[in-house]
Amino acid sequence: MARAVTSRRKALNTMIAWAVGLVIFFPILWTILTSFKSEAQAISDPPLFLFFDWTIENYGVVQDRSDYMRYLWNSVIIAGGSTLLGVVVAVPAAWSMAFVPSKRTKDILLWMLSTKMLPAVGVLYPIYLLFIELGLLDTRTGLVIVLMLINLPIIVWMLYTYFKEIPVDILEAARMDGATLRGEILHVLMPMAVPGIASTILLSLILAWNEAFWTLNLTAAKAGPLTAFIASYSSPEGLFFAKLSAASTMAIAPILILGWFSQKQLVRGLTFGAVK
Amino acid sequence: MYLRNVLGAASALSLIALGSADAENLVIATVNNGDMVRMQGLTDDFTSKTGHTVEWVTLEENVLRQRVTTDISTKGGAFDIMTIGMYETPIWAKNGWLVALDDLSAGYDADDILPAMRGGLSYDGTLFAAPFYGESSMIMYRTDLMANAGLSMPDAPTWEFVADAARKMTDKDNDIYGICLRGKAGWGENMAFITATSNAFGARWFDENWAPQFDSDAWSTTLNFYLDLLGDAGPPGASTNGFNENLSLFQQGKCGMWIDATVAASFVTNPKDSTVADKVGFALAPDTGLGRRSNWLWAWALAIPAGTQKESAAREFIEWATSKEYIELVASKEGWANVPPGARTSLYENPNYKDIPFARMTLESILSADPLNPTVEPVPYVGVQFVAIPEFAGIATEVGQEFSAALAGQQTAAEALDKAQALTADAMEAAGY
Repeated sequence: MARAVTSRRKALNTMIAWAVGLVIFFPILWTILTSFKSEAQAISDPPLFLFFDWTIENYGVVQDRSDYMRYLWNSVIIAGGSTLLGVVVAVPAAWSMAFVPSKRTKDILLWMLSTKMLPAVGVLYPIYLLFIELGLLDTRTGLVIVLMLINLPIIVWMLYTYFKEIPVDILEAARMDGATLRGEILHVLMPMAVPGIASTILLSLILAWNEAFWTLNLTAAKAGPLTAFIASYSSPEGLFFAKLSAASTMAIAPILILGWFSQKQLVRGLTFGAVK
Repeated sequence: MYLRNVLGAASALSLIALGSADAENLVIATVNNGDMVRMQGLTDDFTSKTGHTVEWVTLEENVLRQRVTTDISTKGGAFDIMTIGMYETPIWAKNGWLVALDDLSAGYDADDILPAMRGGLSYDGTLFAAPFYGESSMIMYRTDLMANAGLSMPDAPTWEFVADAARKMTDKDNDIYGICLRGKAGWGENMAFITATSNAFGARWFDENWAPQFDSDAWSTTLNFYLDLLGDAGPPGASTNGFNENLSLFQQGKCGMWIDATVAASFVTNPKDSTVADKVGFALAPDTGLGRRSNWLWAWALAIPAGTQKESAAREFIEWATSKEYIELVASKEGWANVPPGARTSLYENPNYKDIPFARMTLESILSADPLNPTVEPVPYVGVQFVAIPEFAGIATEVGQEFSAALAGQQTAAEALDKAQALTADAMEAAGY
């Protein structure tokens, strides 16, 4: 039986949720505000919150100096491509683990996840050498492959957890009706798992969009995505906080908007394992 | 006649073909600072003169260092020109990773490069990287606060004077601190400053047999002096302050003195960003009378990785970017205060540049640093604020963390030095010294 929640309690919960949300969102808000300040205002003490001379000069400077659209396009291709490829590989893998598990399925799942615990820099040189050998250095194709491999354990895990919620009887019924394996996955399993696949795609997109180690280390002048764009405005010798904030705001804007419109699916995707 | 026409046409065609084959696209890795960004904006001048185009990869200093090290050590070939510093140049040259810049054109006038810069960017007497701009460190101080304290800053002060002035200028109630120094951990952050300071106190990283020297009296004196001074006259949270944080404090009028890179002079005197632009004086970094000052020496320089397919075009770019003509180009577009400093002798002989308030002290600071003889006692290494061995960056970062922890009050100077001695000894033994 559901517990009755008083309206006072509801209001308190809402207030706490808003407070926590604002605290979490504050660094992003501060970055956006700083992007509209002059460099001198950006470092002023005490910090200026809303009452300063708003300027869009930093955006103009960033636009003049960098080809934002090229970086954005690279980000779209790399994040989108790695996500798409990851889902194509992960759906059959998750199907097999969820519906025809072997004795070692759990071990394989844990092993896959353990690869995420390896510090990326530990395999930088082998991967760099492979990229040189295969001609993949500073190419979007190379980054699509690497980011797909990095996010694959999480994609498989999420899809596996979601597929496990689907009754196996439905798939068996399809088989009895003569469905092939391909038909079973494409026409029976996937339509039922659309919300799970959508949230997996969203999470993978965000992870690939924000990935900064490989995208900085495996690119040069051509394939750099928005992470490289942001990195080009960071400096330990010179105050470029306002310009850096403008570059950061431009880099996170697309994913922020995407996240805002798809927050329901995202929250469900991130929490469905916890509420079973 | 017919034959001559055919030959003429063939020659013309071959020249066209040669011309288009010669036009290269160069990929250059560089750091994000004012002078480098300015160069990116002027690249069209290079393209119009040579036909070569340029693509820039701009990264934060530490990211750049990791990125170019990975590429050059694996012969990745992602970059045709790399921006590197005085620390990397002799190490990479020794490994055979860089193209020697020993046959630059006569018009380039390589002899005009400041001798200290040339020495720091050479290996076995051969230049391997051309300095784009050079820097030392010096004192930047508030003339008004110094006068209020009843003191007059000499051109070449001692640490005793500086410490006394810092304590007298401090007015914590009004948020004014006598001295701002680097405290943030890192081999290029607090350790650049502390190592350069230790030279003035007679300390050294290693003796002639590569034995670490943190257990010496000179190091104890250095660290205790630094901690006491910042404790009495430094800003709160000094253990997290690097160049940018101190620049910000100084520009807001909260530091009486700041000892840091000479390139900061143009920032603190720029009225657009600095609230104290018209009240800044300059002096040499202090000493203790032992014959070495506390200033460092650094250059951001352009080098060609060995094995590049575009060596000739890369050489042309380096000659353009580090030439006298480039300096004049920047001066004509952005004024003499914005030309890349510290690389060429002729700049400091130019009457237009002599009027810049910090020009003389920058040059004197650079000239007073000697990377080949950085310490009072003899050492087996090259480098003023660093030791030019591959292991140094890792070791100094760890030592910097210990010193930063001591500044934050988490341990005593003696404890920090004990740990520094132990970890340096371990690392050097593991490296086979």
